[in-house]
Amino acid sequence: MTHQNTLTDPARASFSRRLFVSRAGKATLSAGAVMVLATGCTGAYTNPAEAGDEAKDAQILNTALGAELEAVAAYQVGAESGLLEKAVLDLAVQFQGHHKEHADLLASTVNKLGGTPVAAKAKYDFPVDQLKTQADVLRFAAGLEKGAVSAYLGAVPLFGNRDLAKAAASILGDEAMHWAVLRSALGENPVPGAFVS
Amino acid sequence: MTPNLCGRPRTSPNPAGSPFFFRYLGSRGAALAVVALLGLAGPSAAAPGDPAAGAAVYDRCLACHALAYNRTGPKHCGLIGRRAGSVPGFAYSPAMTASGIVWSPETLDRFLADPLGIVPGTSMTYDGVKDPQARADLIAFLVQTSASGETCP
Repeated sequence: MTHQNTLTDPARASFSRRLFVSRAGKATLSAGAVMVLATGCTGAYTNPAEAGDEAKDAQILNTALGAELEAVAAYQVGAESGLLEKAVLDLAVQFQGHHKEHADLLASTVNKLGGTPVAAKAKYDFPVDQLKTQADVLRFAAGLEKGAVSAYLGAVPLFGNRDLAKAAASILGDEAMHWAVLRSALGENPVPGAFVS
Repeated sequence: MTPNLCGRPRTSPNPAGSPFFFRYLGSRGAALAVVALLGLAGPSAAAPGDPAAGAAVYDRCLACHALAYNRTGPKHCGLIGRRAGSVPGFAYSPAMTASGIVWSPETLDRFLADPLGIVPGTSMTYDGVKDPQARADLIAFLVQTSASGETCP
């Protein structure tokens, strides 16, 4: 099953909502984080010996990019499932928009660091046979978001460039909010602990 | 889990885990070095792993991995005994393919503690599961589920 990054008819019905979300979503990353990523960290790697750090940072961003592209496709599966109520569908489309923004920014930064951004896969394998209710879709998305929080948490200490670590932490915060909202939609404690791991 | 805010060095405690060490080795030499590192590192100070507790730790992996299908990372079904970099159809980093690792509880323990220290250049750009008990639990979960007919038909 191929999932293309286009919105379904039900989602198109919420175009005005998405337009709002698209505009509001510009604040997803802090202005500073966007600036750091968008400028490709000019001046951050001034020592030739740090070239390895630059390549390593590009690899970290590329791995994150792969996961973000998969998240975009996963939300597409949810949006196309026909299982989501309007309000939940709007939420899914909003979160998908955030992941698209993350992916766009990560890809441009990998380019500026001299790397080659990974592309979206032509086909993703998702457990679509296990998605039979809205709760199944929400639980699937919540699991991905929780995993994303852990992935960014595990990436932040690895960056050679601390500004990139800050930017990744900004994305982490966004994913954590997604996770909390999805848990809330499932009727679960949205913030189950004082720490994430 | 409450994070441990002190006591852990920022860099790998094993100097041979440094990427600089690997720059002076070819890919074959790097593979031998990885195997040597995996063999020489000491055992974890942890109680036997609890698969049920490990299921919660596995949640950390879900941004990139699944048991039964490839994602950003390779699937985990059939993991134990598998040579690293050998799942058909998955695009591994050259570093992982050349690592020479065969996955076992012992090699997983060392790798998961410091993925980039053990395999510099891996696409698994993750700081690692630093807590030995969490790692033991995760590995117990992986051992159990990656060979289960129920989770890995």
